[in-house]
Amino acid sequence: MKTDDLIDMLSTNVEPVDHRQIVRSIGIAVAASAAMAVAIVFLVLGPRAGISSYAMLVPALLKVAVTLGVLVPASIYLIRLARPGGETRTPALLVAAPFIAVIVLAALSLTFAPSTHWSGAILSDEWLECVISIPLIAIVPFAVIVWVVRQMAPTDLARTGAFVGLVAGCVSAIGYAVHCADDSVPFFALWYGGTIALCTVAGWKLGPKLLRW
Amino acid sequence: MAANEAELRGLMRAGLRGDAAAYRALLSRLSANLRAYYKGRLARIGRSATEAEDLTQEALMAIHTRRHTYDPDAPLMPWVHAIARYKLIDHLRQTRALMKDMPIENAENILVQDDQVGTESAYDLKRLLNNLPDKMRHSIQSVKLDGLSVAETASRCGMSESDVKISVHRGLKALMTSVARKRSA
Repeated sequence: MKTDDLIDMLSTNVEPVDHRQIVRSIGIAVAASAAMAVAIVFLVLGPRAGISSYAMLVPALLKVAVTLGVLVPASIYLIRLARPGGETRTPALLVAAPFIAVIVLAALSLTFAPSTHWSGAILSDEWLECVISIPLIAIVPFAVIVWVVRQMAPTDLARTGAFVGLVAGCVSAIGYAVHCADDSVPFFALWYGGTIALCTVAGWKLGPKLLRW
Repeated sequence: MAANEAELRGLMRAGLRGDAAAYRALLSRLSANLRAYYKGRLARIGRSATEAEDLTQEALMAIHTRRHTYDPDAPLMPWVHAIARYKLIDHLRQTRALMKDMPIENAENILVQDDQVGTESAYDLKRLLNNLPDKMRHSIQSVKLDGLSVAETASRCGMSESDVKISVHRGLKALMTSVARKRSA
């Protein structure tokens, strides 16, 4: 095939395209997966006891807010990474800032607590459920967002995969926060932060296979 | 390059709005850049000019099917370069295994390739099209090769207009994928 023939073919009846499609698709995918994660947690695990009372609702919302603090910048970076060459504009560590702040808070709260209380703060009844739930709930959002990003053109597949994992992990953590009844800061820092990091690593490993185009 | 940038970006923006003449001009200009880029990179490792032409065409298809990922407020050439580089790395990764399998005496055949054939790629558009599902093949044949409008194609093939548009879009994407597969097969 001659290259000129190809150019003829590609430029004949060329359709106008909407360059805002990328922002819209990723935005919708993230919002829809967040709604889905909350719905799954509501239906399968059930909301935490007394969530309609202030005392229970406020800590749940705090967890959601911190996670949103990661999710929003991570989604913006994902939009950049979905474009060719976008990897040059993503200082990745900045995204972890909210969680680094929480880890510092957690460390502070542990140093002020007697060491006999440490295991209670970290290894409460719920840690295993948290470690299993967040990655499990993240699977569907991960698949949805991978499918959307595949329609785009990421050129750094490992990094893009990591951000897809990070976004899916955050979305899942937001859903899980509706159910989770442990509000201690160290618990949140270790098990939420840890599982979201796990999702990120999984995405980083899977990215080059799943996102190729 | 800097002087080109503004001009090419203007062509790209017009192309994104559906201006076929501007878009054609853009693709021809870019094809020259891409050819030089690939020939330079591939000649260094003893690969043929046909291979450079294959990659040029693949990059053009990638630019076309992924043109919605270009942000009109950003410079164009870094975007083009990122696609060109991505396709080069992908190509080298896939052909590395093939090169290893080749007996050493045959390596000369690659080096003595005649540069004259470099004007055509190894892809046969007719054959690639034949591997597509009927709907996609008819739509591409009619809209992209025969130059009929989407409306004409829709009434001729008994499809809806949006169906034709989607078939063309998916078909071109499928062409790009089959080109990449054929090489790795």
